[in-house]
Amino acid sequence: MSKLVSLNEAISRHVRDGDCLYCAGFTHLIPFAAGHEIIRQRRRDLTLARATPDLLYDQMVAAGCARKLIFSYMGNPGVGSLRIVRSEIESGRLEWEEYSHFSMISRLQAGAAGLPFIPMNQTGATDLERANPNFRRVVDPYSGCEVIVVPPLKPDVGIIHVQRADASGNAQIWGIIGEQKEVAFASERVIITAEEIVDEEVIRSDPNRTLIPGFIVDAVVHVPYCAHPSYTQGYYDRDNAFYMEWDKISAAGPEAVKAYLDEWVYGVKDREEYRQKLGPQVLSRLQVKPRLAAPVNYGEY
Amino acid sequence: MTTYTSSELMIINSARLLRDGDSVFVGVGLPNLACNLARRTHAPNLLMIYEAGVIGARPARLPLSIGDPTLVTGAASVCSMYDIFTLYLQRGNVDVGFLGGAQIDRYGNINATAIGSYDHPKVRLPGSGGSQEIAAWANRCYIMTPHQKRRFPEKVDFVTSAGFLDGKGRRSGPQAVVTDLGILSPDETGELVLTALHPGATVEQARANTGWQLKIAEHLDFTEPPSAEELRILRTELDPTGIYLHR
Repeated sequence: MSKLVSLNEAISRHVRDGDCLYCAGFTHLIPFAAGHEIIRQRRRDLTLARATPDLLYDQMVAAGCARKLIFSYMGNPGVGSLRIVRSEIESGRLEWEEYSHFSMISRLQAGAAGLPFIPMNQTGATDLERANPNFRRVVDPYSGCEVIVVPPLKPDVGIIHVQRADASGNAQIWGIIGEQKEVAFASERVIITAEEIVDEEVIRSDPNRTLIPGFIVDAVVHVPYCAHPSYTQGYYDRDNAFYMEWDKISAAGPEAVKAYLDEWVYGVKDREEYRQKLGPQVLSRLQVKPRLAAPVNYGEY
Repeated sequence: MTTYTSSELMIINSARLLRDGDSVFVGVGLPNLACNLARRTHAPNLLMIYEAGVIGARPARLPLSIGDPTLVTGAASVCSMYDIFTLYLQRGNVDVGFLGGAQIDRYGNINATAIGSYDHPKVRLPGSGGSQEIAAWANRCYIMTPHQKRRFPEKVDFVTSAGFLDGKGRRSGPQAVVTDLGILSPDETGELVLTALHPGATVEQARANTGWQLKIAEHLDFTEPPSAEELRILRTELDPTGIYLHR
C-alpha cells in the first residue's frame, strides 16, 4: 500500500499543536526540510525532543514552535554554543528536561521496546538525577544494589530521514544510525523522508539494511536534500560552513535570525525551491565521490 | 629552538598517554588530534571508537563534528547509539576516554552543564552528552584543558561527570589532566596534584592558575618537548589548515 504523500501533507496530517516531536539523527540525516515545513505551517507548543537539538531545533525555537525541549547535549556540534536555545533557557522562557546521551537514548529504547522503565548502571554523578525527577533508583532484585532507571520516551511523532525507502515505508539507512530505529518504534506516528523512493525489489534485495519496516510507518515523503545543512552519507556532505554561519547569524540577534527564516524557510515553497536557491556552487561543494561497498550474496533458495 | 602552541603541547602530551592496542572513545577537536597522532606514531593498533557509533574509524580528513561522514567510510563497524553506550561503554570495552569541560575541580569532577545555579544558570553550557558515562565507565580517563584559574575551581558548580567526588572513598576518577603548563594526577585521596611540568613552565605559574592550594608531587617530572616528527604529523597531516591548532 502506497503511503507516499507530499511533505506539506505529511506534516499537516500528522503533526499537531502540543505534540511531542522527535526529529531523529545524530549529526547525520537530520530532517531539516521537515522542521522547516513545521515552521511554515506554524505549529505551536511543541515539545521538541532530540539528544542533540542541533541547528534545526534552534531554528524551530526561534520561530516560536516550541514550549519545551528534551535533550542531552545542547551545542552547535563542532562550532560551539546553540545560542537561541541557550538564551531562551537562561532567560527562563523555554522549559527543559535534561539527560545524558545514554539516559536519553535509554528512554527511547524503553519506548521502542514497550518497557515500563529501563535500568542503567550508576555513574557516581548525581546532580542531574537531583535536577530531573524522571531519574529514579530501584533495587536490583538479583544483586541488591541500586540501579538508575528512566521511563520510556514515546513521542507523538517521529520524523526520520533515510537514504532510500519504498512507497510502503520500508526504509534503509547506512552510515551513522544514531537513534533512528528507536525513534521509529517509540513514536505513535512515523514520517519517513527519503532521498530516493525505490522499487520494493531494491529494498528486498538487501533486507539486512532495512532499519525501519514499512508497517510501522504512517507517511513516506520523497525529499531530496532533506538533511542540508546536515548530511546524507554517500549523497552529500555536511555543510560545515553553514554550521559556522549559523553561529554568526544567531549571535547577531533576533533580526538576523528573522531575516534568515524569512528568506530560507518562509520565503521558499518547499525543499526543491530551497535546493535550487542554494545554487550550483554550494551543491558542488557538498558533492561526494562514490565509494561502493562490496556486494553481498544472499543466495537463491 | 622549535616553537609550538599550547594546543600542540596538550595534544602531544595526551597522545603519549595512549598505549598501543588501547580502545579509545574519541571526541572531536583536540582529543581527535591526540588519538590520530598516537596512531601515526607509537600506537598503530589504537582502536578509535566515536560516540556517534563508529568503531575502528580511520578518518581520511579532519572530522569537524562528532558525526562526520569521514568517520564511517572505511571504519570496521557502525552501530546505534544505544549499542555504543551499552555494548561498548557500559560493558567495559573501552580502555580510554577523553574529556573536557568548563570547570574541573580539586577532585577531578567535571562541570559541562551550568555556571551558577542549575535552575537559573548564569551561563548555560551544552550539558553532558556522553561525558557522564565516559567518565564513569572508560577504564582510564584523561582530561585536556588550558590551565586557567576559572577552569580549576576548588569545587565545581555542577557535577556533570564524576571524578573522585569529595575525595572520601570514591575509587575512580581521571588518571591525568593535561594542561598547557603540565600534568595533574590524583594522589591517594583523589586530589589532583602537579606531577609534571612542560618545558619552560614553572610551579609558580601552575599554582597561580589553579583555584585551590595546588600540591606538588614529591617527584616532579618534566615532559619531553614536542619532537619535530610529532609537530610535523600534527601540522602537515592532521590539521593542515590549522582549524584546531590555531596556528
